[in-house]
Amino acid sequence: MVPLSYYLVLSGILFVCGVLGFLIKRNIITIFMSIELMLNGVNLSFVAFAAHWHALSGQVFVFFVMVVAAAEAAVGLAIIIAVYRTRETLNVDQVNLLKL
Amino acid sequence: MFHLILFLFFGAVCVAGAVNLLVQSHPINSALSLIVVMASLAAEYLLLGAEFVAAVQVIVYAGAIMVLFLITIMLLNAGKEDRTKGSRIATLLGVPGVVIGGVLVAWVLIHRSDLGTVGLGALPGDPKDIARLLFHDFLLPFEVTSVLILIAIMGAVVLASRPDAIARPHPIPPVSEEERELAAAGKDR
Repeated sequence: MVPLSYYLVLSGILFVCGVLGFLIKRNIITIFMSIELMLNGVNLSFVAFAAHWHALSGQVFVFFVMVVAAAEAAVGLAIIIAVYRTRETLNVDQVNLLKL
Repeated sequence: MFHLILFLFFGAVCVAGAVNLLVQSHPINSALSLIVVMASLAAEYLLLGAEFVAAVQVIVYAGAIMVLFLITIMLLNAGKEDRTKGSRIATLLGVPGVVIGGVLVAWVLIHRSDLGTVGLGALPGDPKDIARLLFHDFLLPFEVTSVLILIAIMGAVVLASRPDAIARPHPIPPVSEEERELAAAGKDR
């Protein structure tokens, strides 16, 4: 038996690592991976609460989160490719204009 | 007890992968450590009994999405990232703030909440039951999700293709004198 709060703490640690990567990383692809890390942390707390309340809909929500993450990854990586074509850099400090 | 040992082992692997993602400076290493995080999270899902979620986590997340990331990194030939003034300030201010916040949340969760415990395989997520939920109770969100996927496909294709139409910063000026005159007159050749 594992206390539910341990699962929540693990999920919080993953989310915090994602936030930290978002703040300190300067490579746009790594920033994108930090967002995926945050989504994974949220997924873990969804599954843990589903097990706690015996409600299967928590697990169904994880699938929706995964679908949104997949769509976001496809569009985001396409945007990164378009940015790289015009700027020829992946450093977010040098990408400071909204237009391509 | 066995459950606790397994939880701590995979949780330690998970946190180590997440920290390694932050420490590494090359994007390929970060992507590989993110795969480690996702695989050990799948093991955590298995401990909670969510076997279908664990399978989908490995197939979709650690498989499809991470392959997409790796292909993009290799396509763009991304090298080591360089530290800048902004990133040093973010490290100086961000790391202590986020660590303090995380410790506060963990302390509240462990000491001030009575959430009880979860057993090994607490809620078996049978694919049959999940399918019943997904195609009955959540039918409308499921269909909306398919529209979202379609829009994402179209957006990715439009953004990533046609470099001459989208990605050129400035139009190429006409070359010869005659062409420049024609362009000034607004005529086509």
